[in-house]
Amino acid sequence: MTIKSLDPRVTRANIDIEAKIGHQENLDQLQTYEVFAQAKRGTHHMHVGSVHAPNSELALMFGKEQYARRGTCVNLWVAKTSDISATEYADDDIFELTSDKFHRDPESYKVMDRIKAYKERQVK
Amino acid sequence: MYGNGYIEIDPTKPVNSLVADEDPVKLAAFEARIAAGDKIEPQDWMPKEYRKQLIRMIEQHAHSEIIGALPEGTWITRAPGFRRKLALMAKVQDEVGHAQLLYSACETLGKSREDMINDLIDGKSKYSNVFNYPALTWADSAVIAWLIDAGAIVNQIANSKGSYGPYCRALDRICAEESFHLKYGHDNVVFLATGTPVQRAMVQDALTRWWPPIMHFFGPSDKLSVHTETLMKWKVKMASNDDMRQQFLNMYVPKIWDLGLTLPDTNLKKNETTGKWDYTEPDWEVFKQVINGNGPCNAERLAVRRMAEEKGRWVRRAILSKDAQYVTPLS
Repeated sequence: MTIKSLDPRVTRANIDIEAKIGHQENLDQLQTYEVFAQAKRGTHHMHVGSVHAPNSELALMFGKEQYARRGTCVNLWVAKTSDISATEYADDDIFELTSDKFHRDPESYKVMDRIKAYKERQVK
Repeated sequence: MYGNGYIEIDPTKPVNSLVADEDPVKLAAFEARIAAGDKIEPQDWMPKEYRKQLIRMIEQHAHSEIIGALPEGTWITRAPGFRRKLALMAKVQDEVGHAQLLYSACETLGKSREDMINDLIDGKSKYSNVFNYPALTWADSAVIAWLIDAGAIVNQIANSKGSYGPYCRALDRICAEESFHLKYGHDNVVFLATGTPVQRAMVQDALTRWWPPIMHFFGPSDKLSVHTETLMKWKVKMASNDDMRQQFLNMYVPKIWDLGLTLPDTNLKKNETTGKWDYTEPDWEVFKQVINGNGPCNAERLAVRRMAEEKGRWVRRAILSKDAQYVTPLS
């Protein structure tokens, strides 16, 4: 039985309401690309999400449709998800600040103390 | 566009059975992270039930967006005027875009897009019940754009403060676009409600027909479920169905009445003592029937979806690159 729909486009498509279709196989939805958008010149590109696409050219097009919609964007990058390496959240202690690196802390340099002491010695 | 009614855990299951075989140390760290307001990211350890419920919820949300494009799309060819036609096309395109964002968020939990689409066309996955009703007139599309989107915004804003990072990020993006839908829908309803007697009658008729599905939209009362508590602790669910329904009624019933339109529920009124809205309990048997495939448009919606999947298949196959390789999207 074909569908008689309120939507004339659906009626015109002559769709059999009981037609069964085979399952989508792996990769039917192609591979994924990660999308990076730059909101304005002078700022960093930021990761905004992923798209399914057959190649980088179409990934850029889908990326524009998906992530640069009515927002501000001046530039897009895409990269295959499979080409991206990432750290593990489980290992996030590698980013912790360590107290033995005080030599990198601007606060650890106390020149004013030294200058003050020097000036006091001069007065005497 | 999505309500929040379909988290299904057997209510007779004891509450601790949800995490019975989880590592207690990992579970405690996971729950502490959420309690501290931190987000969970795809690669993090998470309880099996957390993953399962999120997949179910985000997938249903994605399907709702893609199926939701069909009742509204019904009126694209006959939209009254060029501006409304352009606006409706943009709105429908937004909804399909929202599906893409949500499918991506769901994929990060380990379910492939192919599996989600297969479950949709097999009728195994659910989507929001409202889209199984027909848009009989142009006024129906106006009521959908205003009130269904309004309901969806209540739900989506709540969920955007949830614990799963990719879902929150997708919802932030979606909520920004929904504000145009809401304004567009309100404008259409107001135009009809302040128009000729025929136009007023048309929008009143649509509103009367859509009221029961709108009351169903947030799902049955779930306050009593012990599992709701766990899901709320995990910030999978951010507000009870009843609370969201109340929030919606509080925001929109006055706006509807302000236009001189009526709603088909004589018990509907704000209770000055409790500050909550009283209403006639929606018929949840009808809700169950529709969600299980027996609504007026279920068969048509899925048949259209199957046709679209099948007709696009050869194109996707033709453009698939030989060295394509699927990996789970990062976030």
